[in-house]
This record gives sequence, structure tokens and C-alpha cells, in this order.
Amino acid sequence: MADMSVIISGFGGQGALFAGILLCHTAVFEGKYTTWFPAYGAEMRGGAVNCAVNISDDEVPSPIIDEADAVIALNEASQAKFENRVKSGGFMIVNSSLSRLKPKRTDIKYINIPLNELAHKLTQPAFVNVMALGAFIEKTGILKLESIKEVMTEMAKTVSAKKAALLPNNIECVEFGANIIKNQLVTV
Amino acid sequence: MAKVLVKGNEAIAKAAIKAGCQCYFGYPITPQSEIGEYMGRHLPELGRTFITAESELASINMVIGAGTTGTKAMTSSSSCGIALMQEAFSAMCCAEVPGVIISVMRGGPGLGNIAPAQADYFQALKGGGNGDYKLIVLSPSNVQEAIDLTYRAFHLAIKYRNPVMLLADGILGQMMEPAEFKEYPYNDPDVSEWALSGADNRPARNIVSLHMPEGALEELTNRIFEKYELIAKNETTYEDYMLSDAKLVLTAFGTVGRVARAAVKRARENGMKVGLFRPVTLSPFPDRDLHEAAKKADMILDLELNKGQMLLDVRSAVFGACPVEFYGRTGGGLLTPDMIYSKIEELYKTLDSKKEAGVR
Amino acid sequence: METLVYKRPESLLKDGHFTFCPGCGHGVVLRIIAELIDEYNLQKDTIAISSVGCSIFLEKFFNLDVAGASHGRSPCVATGVKRCKPDKFVFTYQGDGDAATIGFNETIHTACRGEHLTTIMINNTNFGMTGGQASATTLAGQVTTTTPAGRNPELTGYPLHAAEIVAKCDGTAYCARVAITDTKNIRKAKEAIRKAFEAQIKGLGYGFVEVLAACPTNWHMPPVEAVKHIGNVIETVHPVGVFKDITAKEQL
Repeated sequence: MADMSVIISGFGGQGALFAGILLCHTAVFEGKYTTWFPAYGAEMRGGAVNCAVNISDDEVPSPIIDEADAVIALNEASQAKFENRVKSGGFMIVNSSLSRLKPKRTDIKYINIPLNELAHKLTQPAFVNVMALGAFIEKTGILKLESIKEVMTEMAKTVSAKKAALLPNNIECVEFGANIIKNQLVTV
Repeated sequence: MAKVLVKGNEAIAKAAIKAGCQCYFGYPITPQSEIGEYMGRHLPELGRTFITAESELASINMVIGAGTTGTKAMTSSSSCGIALMQEAFSAMCCAEVPGVIISVMRGGPGLGNIAPAQADYFQALKGGGNGDYKLIVLSPSNVQEAIDLTYRAFHLAIKYRNPVMLLADGILGQMMEPAEFKEYPYNDPDVSEWALSGADNRPARNIVSLHMPEGALEELTNRIFEKYELIAKNETTYEDYMLSDAKLVLTAFGTVGRVARAAVKRARENGMKVGLFRPVTLSPFPDRDLHEAAKKADMILDLELNKGQMLLDVRSAVFGACPVEFYGRTGGGLLTPDMIYSKIEELYKTLDSKKEAGVR
Repeated sequence: METLVYKRPESLLKDGHFTFCPGCGHGVVLRIIAELIDEYNLQKDTIAISSVGCSIFLEKFFNLDVAGASHGRSPCVATGVKRCKPDKFVFTYQGDGDAATIGFNETIHTACRGEHLTTIMINNTNFGMTGGQASATTLAGQVTTTTPAGRNPELTGYPLHAAEIVAKCDGTAYCARVAITDTKNIRKAKEAIRKAFEAQIKGLGYGFVEVLAACPTNWHMPPVEAVKHIGNVIETVHPVGVFKDITAKEQL
């Protein structure tokens, strides 16, 4: 049984919640069980947002994650907040463009990617959340890159033309994110 | 129809619309505000009614108005908001007014917090309103069940002319998971025999909850309680997960049920005979079936996100057939599969030692 | 040849005898309502909403469909009914303890939403059914069972002027205060209620009529004196008048 739990966190506007939803849609696309659970209410008023995503071949018992297999921290505050919530042996993707924190733990892997710099060099507008997902998918193999691209393409058909026009950028970002891991552009 | 990824609150709202809900009356409160937002987006475009009421008191009384005309209507709220509706629940039961109430529980007492909790079991089943009355209370453990039970809530409300509550919690309300929206599967009974529509070529009707003549209220209440017996006979449902040979039976409702199911599965993989008894209808409570399960078991472990509320009904149903243990958290604290599994391990050992000592 | 000049309205039950105290104003107002419903031929389309207090037993008097509401919630129940059945004629019948005290928030919001329904509020400045306690509309100095030395505004506040406040709400189409103190004023009261009903029939908005009525039992006055007390005392605090009327404008 393959299953994977991930917390995605960032500040408002970075698309942490949407990245989680996109991951879930991709899981549904592949016929897997999945859950998404956001930090809600007063917790989301402070500007920091996060969500918990489970992907499994079996029914997910609880959508809430105490200790995650992985954390995607899109900024420094997220790294600080969720560093202790990674399972021993798990990993953390850190957006090193927005975090200068030194790793505190030795029992987890840190994948530091300067997502903002890379994404903005790649395309305008750029999507760090989607680039992070590309890296996550490539790293874990829990879902296929082709699936998320297909899901994004399908989603683009249901949104405004203005948003749909951003699909190529999104595809570029997710592919590049995967390539970062595949081609070992960062130290893993 | 394929499964779609949907948030619990939105799934409930969408299911209500598919069930034929004509009116939504509500007042925002976390963690269920998405229900009202969804209704506010979609009901007006369908030509149906959406009102943000001045309070939860107003909301539920608007539901009463709609219900007296035999129209499917609902409100939704959370813990402290549901507290304000209790008077109306009692009145609805007495006057036999149908209506659907979605209760998405958060932490209490008081304003408490907005974390998921299950501490409003008493409020739903024993709660608040005056006099002898019972709501029908349905408890979903996942988004699919939230959809299916929302359908059922509308049907049962009209069928039995009684308020029906869908008792969910903040986890279910806020989470997304894949689920399927089937068509509304019920045939609802005709309401024209009792609904208010104006005394047109028929005697005037009234739907009221004051019954002053001597003996009238007792007679009415007895009749309504006969109806509750019928509901218990016809509508009681529960999930049986690996109960047939279970020595340790877990009892849990709502989202704790799904967490418990995972713990049971793991216990089985490790050779422990554990099962799960999960009431789907909390009212009527599946007491006879639970008693039968308890007779075959060595112990019951009741799991809840409160200080032990369903526990009273579990004990009453078990009625001494085996010991009943309780494990719960409150104030927004959650039970994880690991925590439940550890508790299972701890208690399972005592079963063997009790057996050796000849204790039952 | 005999000419029928008086008949019992069809909208009253044939055997529905009023059970109010001698000199009470409820019977007069219920009859006015029944007459108007007959005049507009609305009996088959009416759903009346009762409230809590002496106003509660509508189903014992009216030959109309009746839904009962809890304390102060009649406008909510009425809203639910009317939104589901917009072609029905819906009115609430409440007292001052119900509409102006426990349920004034509901009254105000119903007016602000401009619900197409009508409220008739009997104001006898006390909680009649429970035995004459002070309500929100009780006059300063008025003796009640809870203000035995007379209502002292420093301790219990000032009387609430329901009609004046409801008139300020944008959704109110017609709002008046009337007093059923003599034949002339009873006719005026009927015309006010007629306009409030027409506001609903024409779909203009919320209609609200506050009716000053005597409560001889709890005022501890003989009926005739109680009725005079309305004109002499109560109207000086709760003046009669039309506070809002867009029905006239609509007719032009």
C-alpha cells in the first residue's frame, strides 16, 4: 500500500491551499483515495495558510496530519512552524528564496530550492506552488507528472479565459520542478 | 457518475439542493459558513429562497414557517448557534413540523474554539429544548456519507414530520475528499393532507405547539412517541465493521468512526480480534444491535471527541453485557489512528489476563 | 322586507366565541381582520401566524389556516411561509410583549427585508396573559406587577415606540398606530389595517399596524375607564398616526 501525507504551507497568495487541492485532484484522477484539510477560521487570518493532504490506495482514516511524510514550506515561517511535524526519515521542500533558516534536524532530508528565483527566471507570471509540486511528485513518485499536467489542462477548461491563458506557465513550472529533482539541480 | 473532489460543507449544501431543498435560512458561524455561502450562490439562481437571518433563532423559525407549508427547508450552524435553536426543535417536534438542521460541531463549552469536536451529542440527542421530544439525528463519517445522509435527512423529515439533524463536525465540514452525487433516491410522501395552504374548500387547519385542554398534550405526546417507536423500527442503521468475532468492540460516531476503522484494521493485521460498531443513526440509537454485539464481546471501548456523551447510550444499550471503557479527548483535541491503536493494545492485553483469571 | 346589515364574517369560526376579558381590545381587532379578509376574498389563501400571549389562540377564533410561533418569532415563521408560498396572504398577530419586547429584533429585520407580509401588534402596554408584568412599551410611572411603584425609567428604561421605529425601516411600506377607543377610531383602525394588507397584496413591502387596546384586567380599571385611559394617557406617550405610507404614492 502506497500512501503519503504532506503539509503544504506558505503565506497568503503563494497558493499553498490551491497546491493541495491540485494534488488531490491528481490523486482522484489516478483513482486513489485522498483528503485535503485546511487550517481554517481565525487561523487563516494571520496571513499564513496551510493544508494537509493525504494520498492513499486505501481509505484515509483521518484527514488531519500530526506527523507528515513530507512538508512543502513556501516561506520561512512555514519552515519554522512545520519542521517538527515531519516524520523521522521524511523530507521537507524548503523555498530557500524566502527562508534563511538553518536546518534543525538531522533525521529528515531538506531539499532547498530557490523557487522564487527559478520560477521567475523561467516564466512570467510564475507559480512557485506548482513548481514545488513538480519537485514533490518527482521526489515521491506517488503520482505521475503526466497526471498533474492533464488535471491542470482539464481545470483550465473550467476557469476564466484570463486564468486559462496561464496554463502554459503552470505546465512549464511543474515540469521544471520535476526536472530539478530528476537532474539533481539541487542537493537532495 | 464519477467521483469529484468536494469539501464537506459544500457537499452537504449541494446534496441539499439535489434533495429539493427550496429554502435556506442561516447565520454564519465557523466551521460551517461554506454551507451558507454555497446556498447564497446557488439558490437564488434556481429561483429558490436564501436568507441570512438576524440570528439562529430567526433561522430555525423561518424553517418552521417553510415546514408548515410542507416545503423542504434547512438551516445550518455550529455548537453555540445550535444552542439558540433548541426551543424551536422542541416546538417542531410537538407541532410535527419537518425541517433539516445541519450541525457542524466545534469546540465547546462556551464560544469554545473553532476546532473540530463532538461535544454536542447531548445537545443533539438530549438537548436543550423543553418537554418530551426527539430529533432524528444522523451522523456521517466521510463526505460521501454526508451527501447520502443529507438526502436521507430531507426524506425522513417529510416522511415523519419531524426535525432531522445531520450531526457533522469541523473535520468533515472543512475537509475535501472524492465523493459521488447520485440522484436523490427517495419518493417523498404527499404533504397536501396536512400542509397549510389556505382553507380552500376544506376546514381550516392549524400547526401549533400549545395544547391546553386537559389530557390533550399527554395524548399528543403519546402518539408522537409511538411515531418515534416506528422510526426506531424502520430507520435505525449502523456500520458493522468486523464485529462477528470481535472480542473488543469499538464504538464511535462520525469522523472518529473512520479513524477507529483504520485502527481496527491494523489491530486485525496484528492478530487482535477487534471490531467497530458505528451508529449511523444516533437517534434512533441502535441499542438492540449494540446489545447483541456486546453479548458476544469481552469489552466495549467507546471513543469520542468529548468527555463521554454517547457513552451514556452505549452503557445503557450494553446494559452490563460486558465492561465499557471510554477513551476521548475534548476542546478540539483529536484522536489519531496511532492513539486508538495504542489504547486497543493496552486493553486487549487485559482481556487475556481477565480470561486467565476467569473474570468476565 | 328585512335587510341584513350585520353578519358574522366567514373568516371567523361559527362556534369560535372570543374568550377575552370584558373590555379587552383583542376581539375587536380580530373581527376587523376577519372582515377585511372576507372583503378581499382571501380566506382560502390566508395563513395566519399566531404568537405568544393573549394573541395565541387564533385557531380557536379564525376559520383560517394557522401556524403557531414561539415567543417573538412570528415574523420569522411568516417569512418562511411567505417565501415558500408567495401567492398566499400571510399576517402575524402579536402583542407588545411579543413583537416589541422579546421579538423586536425579528420585527425590525422583517421590516428591513421588506417581507411581503403584515403584522398587527396589539399594544396594551403589558404582558397580559402572564398577569400584567411590565413590557417594553409600558409607560413611565405605569403600575404593573413587576413595577409596583410605577415604571421608573432610571431603573427600567423608557417605553419603546414600536411603530415609529418600524416606520424608519426601508422595507416598510405602511406603518401606523391606531387606537380602538370608539366607533370612529375603530373605523380608522380598520382603514389602517386595510392599507397594511394592501401593501402586501400589491407587493409593496412590510405592513405594520400597532393597535392601542385596553387591558382592563391588568390595568385594574373598569372597561369604560380603561378605554378612556387610552385616549387620555397612553396616546400622550404612544401617539396615533400614520408614520409611513407608500401605498398612496403607488396609487398615483
